[in-house]
Amino acid sequence: MTLTEDKILELLKEVKDPEIPVISLVDLGVITGIEINKDHVTVNMTPTFIGCPAMDYMKQDVVDVLTKNGIDNHTVNLNLKTTWSSDLISDEGKRALKKFGLAPPPVHNNVIEDLDIIEHAECPNCDSTNTTLKSPFGPTLCRSLHHCNNCGEAFESFKPI
Amino acid sequence: MTEEALKDLLYKIADDLLILGHRNSEWTGVGPLLEEDIAFSSMAQDKVGQSLAFYNLLHELGEQDPDTVAFTRNANQFHNSQFVELPIGEYDFSLIRHFLYDHADYIRFSMLADCPIEEIAQVARKLKGEIKYHVMHANTWIKQLATANEEAHDRLQKSLDEALPYALGVFEPSKFEKEIIEAGVYPGEQAIEEQWKENIAIVLEQAGLNLPDWNTIKPVYGGRYGEHTEHLQPLVEEMSEVFRVDPSADW
Repeated sequence: MTLTEDKILELLKEVKDPEIPVISLVDLGVITGIEINKDHVTVNMTPTFIGCPAMDYMKQDVVDVLTKNGIDNHTVNLNLKTTWSSDLISDEGKRALKKFGLAPPPVHNNVIEDLDIIEHAECPNCDSTNTTLKSPFGPTLCRSLHHCNNCGEAFESFKPI
Repeated sequence: MTEEALKDLLYKIADDLLILGHRNSEWTGVGPLLEEDIAFSSMAQDKVGQSLAFYNLLHELGEQDPDTVAFTRNANQFHNSQFVELPIGEYDFSLIRHFLYDHADYIRFSMLADCPIEEIAQVARKLKGEIKYHVMHANTWIKQLATANEEAHDRLQKSLDEALPYALGVFEPSKFEKEIIEAGVYPGEQAIEEQWKENIAIVLEQAGLNLPDWNTIKPVYGGRYGEHTEHLQPLVEEMSEVFRVDPSADW
């Protein structure tokens, strides 16, 4: 196989978030760079949240997918050189999140001044914004808790960060 | 600036985060509301994860690996402020501590995001975004409860009065304070303290809570150099109990 950045990206699309198995690491925006030097492949990743326990698993999954495809000469780095932002989630990723039942994060452009930004998340079930924020903290570091007054569904939202 | 000065800074930040993270986790299962139980549990996970980022920086500077540093020291070897080791008390105390401490860390990380040492700046940039949610949560609850009814107001005021001397201990000057400031690492503890006083005053006023004259409050120092209350040793023993069963185990 000829090693190109695009080819590696294709392989990485196989690697899903272990807790949200509908979204790939590529769509999540945690793959920050791919370098190819002769036959050595370097993949750089950044964590969504520093305390996220899924990151070690994701890093190992990247190693596994490279090895599985015959790329034994590799380095996978998880570091903070690039700060992850939820704005890096691709449109395809956002669609996948919504279909899964998780409201995708609003675009924030690095301006998060108060909780207003998540006060009226769009319900992934019925699209209404007549919703109530129950807590900015949820079952995982990346999620907040909401309730839809329109359809009565309780739902979680991916936090803008 | 010496490496010793830098380690001094990183240790106190890491230890504050680890110990407060542990205290936050003590609300898991016993929070007053499901959502608040989840909130403190989530913030605990954030804080412990953030402490790991700093223990990793220390490891790169030659300190032992994070697990060894976190789980095999005794209380008198910890550099956390006494504030964070105090028991969780009732929810009013924990909310007040959450409010006072997180406002300080928000300022601290904002300043460190401009640190000329790239590895520290990278960690601080990341943490600054995460701690925003902690601060927003604290502000919301302090304002909501302090203006709710007399009991809620009085409880928060009492906890605030008890917490303030300990909170000031977070800004205990380092042995290397001058050196660190001159090296441009960050503007120093006093700078954080001054900004913190301004920031909390705004929210406290909105909440209708009184701030006494700062001149009347004596800061509780000592934590940064191993002087702790009787609460830290039992905390350390409980926190490291599982690790110490088999320090070489693979979890």
